[in-house]
Amino acid sequence: MLKQCEGSVAIAESVALCRPEVICAYPITPQTHIVEGLGLLVKSGKLKSCEYINVESEFAAMSVAIGASACGARAYTATASQGILYMAEAIYNASGLGLPIVMTVGNRSIGAPINIWNDHTDSMALRDAGWIQLYAESNQEAVDLHIQAFRLGEALSLPVMVCVDGFILTHAYERVDVPSQEQVDAYLPRFEPRQVVDPDEPVTIGAMVGPEAFMEVRYLAHARQMQALELIPELAAEFRGAFGRDSGGLLHTYRSEDAETIVVALGSVNGTIKDVVDEMRAEGVKIGSVAICSFRPFPSAALAGALGHAARVVVVEKSLSVGIGGNVSHNLKMALAGRATRVHAVIAGLGGRAITMASLKKVFRRAIEDRLEAVSFLDLNMEVVNRQLERERLERRPGPAAEAILRDLAGAGVGVGAGANGKGGAR
Amino acid sequence: MFEVRIHGRGGQGVVTAAEMLSVAGFIEGRWAQAFPSFGSERMGAPVVSFCRLHDSEIRAREPITAPDALIIQDPTLLHQVRVFDGLAPAGYVLINSSRPIEALGIGEVAARLPKGHMAAIAATELAVRHVGRPVPNAVLLGAFCAMTGVMKLESVEAAIRQKFRPALAEKNIAAAREAFGMIAGGAGAGAGAGMAGGEDGVRHAEAV
Repeated sequence: MLKQCEGSVAIAESVALCRPEVICAYPITPQTHIVEGLGLLVKSGKLKSCEYINVESEFAAMSVAIGASACGARAYTATASQGILYMAEAIYNASGLGLPIVMTVGNRSIGAPINIWNDHTDSMALRDAGWIQLYAESNQEAVDLHIQAFRLGEALSLPVMVCVDGFILTHAYERVDVPSQEQVDAYLPRFEPRQVVDPDEPVTIGAMVGPEAFMEVRYLAHARQMQALELIPELAAEFRGAFGRDSGGLLHTYRSEDAETIVVALGSVNGTIKDVVDEMRAEGVKIGSVAICSFRPFPSAALAGALGHAARVVVVEKSLSVGIGGNVSHNLKMALAGRATRVHAVIAGLGGRAITMASLKKVFRRAIEDRLEAVSFLDLNMEVVNRQLERERLERRPGPAAEAILRDLAGAGVGVGAGANGKGGAR
Repeated sequence: MFEVRIHGRGGQGVVTAAEMLSVAGFIEGRWAQAFPSFGSERMGAPVVSFCRLHDSEIRAREPITAPDALIIQDPTLLHQVRVFDGLAPAGYVLINSSRPIEALGIGEVAARLPKGHMAAIAATELAVRHVGRPVPNAVLLGAFCAMTGVMKLESVEAAIRQKFRPALAEKNIAAAREAFGMIAGGAGAGAGAGMAGGEDGVRHAEAV
């Protein structure tokens, strides 16, 4: 049914349509509305045959999901930010054991300094944990990806993270078509586990493995992700047939076929990028964009095909791999190895800094003029940075950096908490 | 595209206002997007929310920097925060205030707007009288419909019914209707015309 609602509410309804049998979660901003929504659906009886388990921490949430999944239950949880770090050990176990748990990540930065707003630092920190990672561009895609995630994860016996930009999507009201129960039931069969803990047929799951077998077990996880590279587009095509819209798949291209400059990004910023592409196309610039939906497995071949003809690729990244630059661009260079395509990483939107069309346009122009650095930072206030560097040069103990920067900004008339408005000033 | 920015303080229903406006837009068959500013939302702190209305899909996710309309839910923000930043030359400004525009010290902004594009309404008082609580958001949406004409009052009423429990919704609707009537009737303009102005381009609608 087509409706106007908050992203979190739509996601909760979508997860409920997938008939999870165990939901366990610990609330954390900006994921809270999703698990509250699911709690209401369970309590009101709308979501039947599902146990909602309140847990004392994210570590417990993932541990309960592991136990539930190992017993053959369709298990779901959601988290964000510090929460995903707190459950990190159990996250590796879920994938190592091959348990098809689905988890929503309401993408948020990681402290210190503490910050509740959106970027991709949290899910990127767990990119190598063996989970499939899908990134939603809109709330419609977030709804659709959850349905595909259960199907995909259970087909391969792998856990799936559905990454949804915190606040920007989770707290946005927009139109969403929430499918019917019949549609979802027809697409998503009952969970038939590939392994199950059963007292009648006892097995050990998670035995200690020495050097003689560990590499093979690890390699099998990689092999399953390579299988996912084939299955993800198949499931997206089947989804299109059943639901009548494009959602999911490895990547989405936009006006990129003849583009000399292609912008690559994950998640909701792709919407803003498409608007910039349209503006620049109207000015005669040969520019397009590619949204990566599946970051793990990384669609190297599909990306090489979509980007190989471009002179340059600008990767807009919402996470910083401190000490090198971008995670996505780093992976992308591997996919484009041996080609002449130049790859630029633009680190943007950290901690909720607004990514504006005007700033994106400027940076794309710089790239086209061959003036863009290999790694750059969108709308970084270098004056503030340099002031702090100067303090650190002059004094051994200049005081905490974050607090000093807030004082500088307040002195310059820039309001604290301007957040989304970035250096545009307080509103 | 019609873009609305709403300024207020935590606890005044600033985010809910944008959400209701988006629901009203959806009810009219438009594409609508509402989202909060990503700032502190503690009680009393300045809060901003945004709503875009369009006749096709809305893809951009950046905050609204050049609004077509501003709703100021708390007049104490007028001189604390740069609420008028980026306002379109023919934009609309609706202020929750029991004092007339002339008394708010924003004559410069009022002077450069077309007649009938700025109004003050005592929305908090109206809310207290109808709803029993000082939450001016729904009231202001009623006035917004009358001032701008971009939205039907009945769409906002339907949105209010979606957001609140029936009893509370009806009280908010009564308040929104009164606000609509005050703005629409205040300058003798037809409902939703929104163009007729007072003597100095400023329309007053002060609640009793």
